[in-house]
Amino acid sequence: MSELKSGSNLEKVLKAGYFAFTGECGPPKGANVAILKEKFQYLKGNVDAVNVTDNQTAVVRMSSLAASRLMVEEGLEPNFQMVCRDRNRLAMMSDILGAHALGIRNMLCLSGDHQSFGNHPQAKNVHDIDSMQLIALVKKMRDQGKFLNDEVIDVAPKMFVGAACNPFADPYEFRVHRLANKITAGADFIQTQCIFNMDRFRDFMKKVVDMGLDKRCHILAGVTPMKNAGMANFMKKFVPGMDIPDDLINRLKGVDKKNQSEEGICFALEQIEEFKQMQGVAGVHLMAIEWEHKVPEIAQRAKVLPRPVV
Amino acid sequence: MRLSYPSNVKIIQLPCTGRIDIIHLLNAVENGADGVYVAGCLEGECHFIQGNIKARKKVEYVKKTLTELGIEPERVEMFNLSSAQGARFAEIAREMVDRIRQLGPTPVKKVDAA
Amino acid sequence: MIVADRKPIQEILAMIKADKKILILGCKGCVTVCNVGGVKESEILASTLKIARKQQGNDIDIDVRVLERQCDNEYVAQIKDIVNDYESVVSLACGVGPQFLSEMYRGKKFYPGVNTTFFGGAVQHGIWEERCAGCGTCSIHDFGGFCPIARCAKSLLHGPCGGSSKGICEVNPDTICVWDAIVTKKMEAGEIEDLMGVKGFKDWRTSRDGGPRRSIREELIQGNI
Repeated sequence: MSELKSGSNLEKVLKAGYFAFTGECGPPKGANVAILKEKFQYLKGNVDAVNVTDNQTAVVRMSSLAASRLMVEEGLEPNFQMVCRDRNRLAMMSDILGAHALGIRNMLCLSGDHQSFGNHPQAKNVHDIDSMQLIALVKKMRDQGKFLNDEVIDVAPKMFVGAACNPFADPYEFRVHRLANKITAGADFIQTQCIFNMDRFRDFMKKVVDMGLDKRCHILAGVTPMKNAGMANFMKKFVPGMDIPDDLINRLKGVDKKNQSEEGICFALEQIEEFKQMQGVAGVHLMAIEWEHKVPEIAQRAKVLPRPVV
Repeated sequence: MRLSYPSNVKIIQLPCTGRIDIIHLLNAVENGADGVYVAGCLEGECHFIQGNIKARKKVEYVKKTLTELGIEPERVEMFNLSSAQGARFAEIAREMVDRIRQLGPTPVKKVDAA
Repeated sequence: MIVADRKPIQEILAMIKADKKILILGCKGCVTVCNVGGVKESEILASTLKIARKQQGNDIDIDVRVLERQCDNEYVAQIKDIVNDYESVVSLACGVGPQFLSEMYRGKKFYPGVNTTFFGGAVQHGIWEERCAGCGTCSIHDFGGFCPIARCAKSLLHGPCGGSSKGICEVNPDTICVWDAIVTKKMEAGEIEDLMGVKGFKDWRTSRDGGPRRSIREELIQGNI
């Protein structure tokens, strides 16, 4: 077995060929460690790694670095997310070193939602570098042991580098090329935006496999269970980059309000079953935001338990 | 004074070197001149006050441009002398011709119509 | 050119509330082109302020002058004989004008009557859009002739982000996604390769990030700096 890049659990699981199952956890809007630890309990043992979001949707929350460290202390493995919106290259390199020092070994490089979507829209945005460059930067720090200016790093950070992919954003024909570029820049694994339009995703994955991208990088399909038809409608209308077919909304509307969450979970489970067989898909990334307590049930019913120990 | 100066110096007369624009110097180089020099009044003695000072600055600009292009900046030069200095005029002409001979022909090839 | 928007009337009234005699100084440069600070607009502002003050029962005396430009001391100097006749001056030039005025007439109060916003052009009469961020290292030719620094809300060099929908930026429905435009152009020309690879990390030193900037034409300076 060739050398591991970071030695993280997620890396080992993917490298050994298991179908990976990752989760997500948003830090609290405060320094509330207790509530964070509560969320961890739903995820522990049910997923290989947990994404820790970074001021997601530009809403201020406890820093992903701190929350990631707390996660490590509770025995879970974080996917430390870093967005380009709030930090310049100095702060980024500094935080990457800090993350490694605190035992974090997975990192997700993202652009970040514009601050106008969040709760402090007056802020200055940074965007010193973009997500493509951040991927290349972490790779350089890890593989060359150098800072951006080529100075040698005193103990280089070992990160398993992740990036996001939205197969449903415009222009559609370009998304697979942008994905290819992220992989060339150094992405070791990819998590897609949550998928609802299975037809389109199947088509996308065909292109991915045609280009051999699945051989160079581990691609995890994003799944978000719909809580009800209202949530589906809201996401369709107000969340950019989403592709939610009317079929799904009708399916959810077709049942009693109190059964809609079960219907949403059923849809998610059907997706997971298909992803297990879909060529090019190396795992699933489950985003049950503010629904973390459902993760054990979903993991159970999706038959992805117990998680492999490598 | 009937002093001789090299015959390969073509003279263009102006009322004041301040009349020269950067484009005139560049056009000369562009059209194949091996060298271009500006002969103006002694500094402080310009009949039009600062014409020769401005000319010097323009010559400096052209030198910088040539350097950026990898062409010897010494091909373009500014000299100051008074109209009474006939001998100096001939001396400058010889000095410049010698300099250009040392540098060789201009690297700027004129494109022939053929 | 530089585009600006007139400050809200209430804000300008607050600036001059203690004054009884002011000068409105327009500019024939950029602010004339974007119809916010030229001859017409200066007169309109003067009348508007006089109306407001009359309403308050606190009349004000306002004169209007328009300079060729306020970014050149040669023109700024043209008001030296009259500037002391006024308690304050409202300049309708871009942010450069009131500063040049303040530097030349140290004891006088100069108020900015407009909010200077961006470098842009008129896409149609009455509508100006931002095109340039003044980053100091122009490379629009690398992006099909579009500037991603100025026109992408996140200044991405490898866009579009996942929020672009039907060619519109997720941040503002009035803004096109410039990356959608860049990518579409490149795809149509069969030049997708130009967008692949990782572009060099931007050197922001030539931008405002490097500190206030200066531009020099050595050949035109008289004497020493």
